[in-house]
Parts: sequence; C-alpha cells; structure tokens
Amino acid sequence: MINATNVHKFFYTPDKLHALRGVSLSVAPAEVVVIIGPSGSGKSTFLRCLNRLEYADEGSILIEGRDILDPDCEINEVRAEVGMVFQSFNLFPHLTVLENLTLAQQTVRKRGKAEAEKKGMELLRKVGIAEKHGVYPDQLSGGQQQRVAIARALAMDPKAMLFDEPTSALDPEMVGEVLDVMKNLAREGMTMVVVTHEMGFAREVADRVVFMDQGSILEVGSPDKFFTAPEHERTKLFLSQIL
Amino acid sequence: MTQYRGLDKPKGRSFFLFWKAMFVAAMLALVAFFWVASSSVEYIWRWNRVPQYFWVNEAADVRAEAEGDVTIIDRQGNEQRVVVRDASGEEHTHMLPGEGKVLVSSGDFAYRGDVLGRYQLNKPGILLEGLWVTLEVSVLAIIGGIVIGVVTGLCRISINPMLRWGAIAYIEIIRGSPLLVQIFLWYFVVGTLINALLEHVGLGGISPLWYGVMALALFTGAYVAEIVRAGIQSVHRGQMEAARSLGMSYAQAMRKVILPQAFRRIMPPLAGQFISLIKDSSLLGVIAIRELTKATREVVTTSLQPFELWIVCAVLYLVLTFTLSLFVQYLERRAIR
Repeated sequence: MINATNVHKFFYTPDKLHALRGVSLSVAPAEVVVIIGPSGSGKSTFLRCLNRLEYADEGSILIEGRDILDPDCEINEVRAEVGMVFQSFNLFPHLTVLENLTLAQQTVRKRGKAEAEKKGMELLRKVGIAEKHGVYPDQLSGGQQQRVAIARALAMDPKAMLFDEPTSALDPEMVGEVLDVMKNLAREGMTMVVVTHEMGFAREVADRVVFMDQGSILEVGSPDKFFTAPEHERTKLFLSQIL
Repeated sequence: MTQYRGLDKPKGRSFFLFWKAMFVAAMLALVAFFWVASSSVEYIWRWNRVPQYFWVNEAADVRAEAEGDVTIIDRQGNEQRVVVRDASGEEHTHMLPGEGKVLVSSGDFAYRGDVLGRYQLNKPGILLEGLWVTLEVSVLAIIGGIVIGVVTGLCRISINPMLRWGAIAYIEIIRGSPLLVQIFLWYFVVGTLINALLEHVGLGGISPLWYGVMALALFTGAYVAEIVRAGIQSVHRGQMEAARSLGMSYAQAMRKVILPQAFRRIMPPLAGQFISLIKDSSLLGVIAIRELTKATREVVTTSLQPFELWIVCAVLYLVLTFTLSLFVQYLERRAIR
C-alpha cells in the first residue's frame, strides 16, 4: 500500500536542518501503524511526505505502486486516494459542514450535488454529527470539528488515511470522541498511519508502533512488545517520560 | 464600537453627553465660518440658480439661417420641417421637435434670425450629465481594476519568475508615478498611436473616455493587486494544504477555498480603494472627458456662482462614495463569516 524507502528531507529556512535521515516504512493494506516520538523527531514531516505536502529530497515513496516523487506523477489523483487529517482541523470556515464534505467530491470526484450530499450525510451520521450539517465550522466544538474533518477525508473514498496528531489541539474531554471514530475506522479495515501522543490508542488499535527520534526510525514493533519490552535505550527513556 | 472597551474604567453618561454636544457645536462653528467668510467677501448666494444645471426646462427658439421665403412646412417622422428658400434659390432646412410650435406659415418672408418656431427644451442639465459620466467611468474602471488586480495579485505570488517579476514591475511603475501623468501618457501617447493605427486600417478612433477608463483601471489594478495578495497570504496555509490533500488542483483550491475567504477580508481596503478611484476620476477632465468636476468648472465660468456649485459638486461626489461605502458594508454584513 505505502512503501517509503530511505527518505531524506532537508529544510533550509531558517537554518539548514536534516529533518529525515533515511526513513523506510512499509504499510500493508488494512494495517494501522502508529508513529510516536518526541517533538522535532520528524514524525509529522514524514507523514506529510507520504502525500507530498512536503516533497522528500531523496529516497522513494510508492503509494499503491505509484512513485509520488516522480515529476510526471499525477499527485492530485494520489492525494484523492489518501485522506489526511490535520492537528488544526483546517475545515473550510466559509462553507457549512455539509459543504465541507461535498466540495472535493464535486470538484475532484466529479460527483453530482445530490450524490455528494447523500454521501456526505451518510458520513456525518457515521461520525455522529448529522444534525449539525447546516452550521458553520466555528459553531462546533473542537472534537466535532475534527470528526467533520475525518468525514471530509472519508468522503473521497480514500484507500488510506493519514492522521497528523489529530487529538493534540483538543480539550481533554473531547479526545475520546475523536479516538472512537478512528477506532471504528480501524476496525472496518482502513489502512491508517497515525502520528499521535495517545499511547492508549496505540496500544489498543495499532498493528505496529514506530518510534522516531532525530529524523530516524529507532524501533518498530507490535504494541505489546513495544510498550512492555522496548529494545532501544532512547525508547525506554521516552516511554518513562510520558507514561 | 471601540476595540478596547472594558480595558479602562467605564465612562459615565455625562461624558458622552458632553462630547456629543461638543460635536454639534463644532459643526455649527463650521457653518458659521462659511457664513462669515462668504459675507466678508460680499458674496451673494443664489441657490435658486443651481437647479437649472441639473435639469434644463426652458423655451428654445429655432431661427432662420437665411433670408427668403418660407416654402415648405411639413412633418418628417417625429420632427417638423421648415424650409426657407433664399434669393439665389438655395433651400435651407430647419428642424424642430414634433411637439414644438411653428410660428410662420407658408409664403411668409423671413429675415435672417427671425424666429421660425419655438419648443420646450426638457433634458438633463450639464451637472447631471457630468455625474453620469463620472459614474460610468468609475463603474467601468472598478470592474477593470478588480479583474486586473486579481490576476496581477495571483501572478505576484506565483513561483514563475516571468509572472512574478512582471507583476512587481507593473505594480511599482504604476504606484510610483502620478495618476495625472499616467492619464496624459494614455491619452496623448498611447491614444495617438492606437487611433493612428485604427485610422490606418480604416476604423474610427477610440473616444477619450475609454483611454480614461483604461488609465484608471490600470492605476487601481496595481493597488488592488497588493490588497488581493495580502488577502490571499492572510488565509492560513492549512487551508491550502487541506484543499490540496483532498486532491484539488492549485486552481480549484484557489477558486473554491482561498479566494472566497480572502475576499471577505479584503472588502474594507477594497472599498477604500474604489472610493479613491471615484474621486480620482475628477482628473479625467484634463483629457476632455466632461465628468462631474469638469462640468462644474464649465458651469462656474458661465454662472459665476463658484461657492454654490463647488459645494454641490462635493456633495454629489459624497453621494457616490457614501453609496459605495454603504453597499460594501452591506456585503460585509451578509458575508460575516
């Protein structure tokens, strides 16, 4: 499904920074991979490289066999197949909740208005906020906004979903409702790559946990092994700090 | 409402009453100043002479252009015709509107300058015509300015050096030279060239009005471009990322997500720019476009009532700009999000 090999990424402003130092990761269909690590470890950068919101400087990234670093790659087609959920929701504030869900369906998937709205309502029911379909995003709580954002990504019928710290900007009491939606999604067999600090979620849902530090993957393992018997010293230190 | 209400001790009622009274007093003082100033130069106010420049309603005469016999009086469509044949047998045709009154009959002898007929003239006066021209020029230039501004604003943030440098060069050149000079350049340099070319291929020239509109639209476009650029850049980059991550192209994301949000934010500065444009259109008098200011100047030279007419002129501009400002406020309220 997702095949990243030896990915390097440099940032040049404000200073030169080697953000990813040869990251390799494969994600199988229906697999849930959770990436954890301290801030500045490059986990978000790596996630953003997977749908080319950041252009990786070296290495190769294949999404369903398509090389997204190839200049001829139709990146818009690939992105439509890979949903993305952001830390800050990034809902379109000038559109209603339902319009947020239908916009890309109509412009990218070329669906008719009625079909897009039907699909949109279906997904809003699924994430539990169908009754809010006519309001604008700023009238929703953070948790509701993030659920709309997940529904917006799902409306494109993606084959995989990327989550970039989806609960970090939420008030504590709203984290649960968003995680529940994500757990359901995992249970339904969605391929997911999740960057998060929610260790409970990682333990419960992840098939594999990836630990990143300073631009490299230090350890990959099943949640059981990862949380009970980490191999790497840096992993042990990190886990002792947050658990 | 002030922005920082509540940061200081609340003001009492007497505070507001006092300063409201001061405002009224200041206004009255202003009026008094005008009155004293005008009486000290012994100016005689004649407001009753102003309406005729808004709407003309007066009797007009048709006079004989030659000396001779009235030979034909008949109707030609909507008009009446009076033909005078002079001594050499040449016929002079005089027309007057259908509802006018012919005062001679066939066979009469008319001297040059005799009144042949009389009719009631009923049409917009020169000030109203000037106001209309100002409105027309402003609306056309605003539409042109928006189109040029949005395109240039998008070019300004493009990664394509040709587009970006082109936009920067255009904006800097336009903003760095006086509008009056630009109007002269458009009319006397570009206008002469284009009209000569058109004549060469057998077409009629373009009227000064269009050169004026072009000058104003290009002038405003440069400012609108910077406003649009700032508006686009004020939209959080996460919006573009979200739109692109859904598979939308740059153009789709710009049109459906970024620009609608940017436009709501740039409404107030745009309104300011277009109010400037309406006022700047007063410069177009220099290339023989008879807009409101030029019309007023012409009336002043004939009527010798400069105080009333310049006040009227200012009020008419105020009507235009205030209407625009109200319209934009309405749009803003409607698109509050």
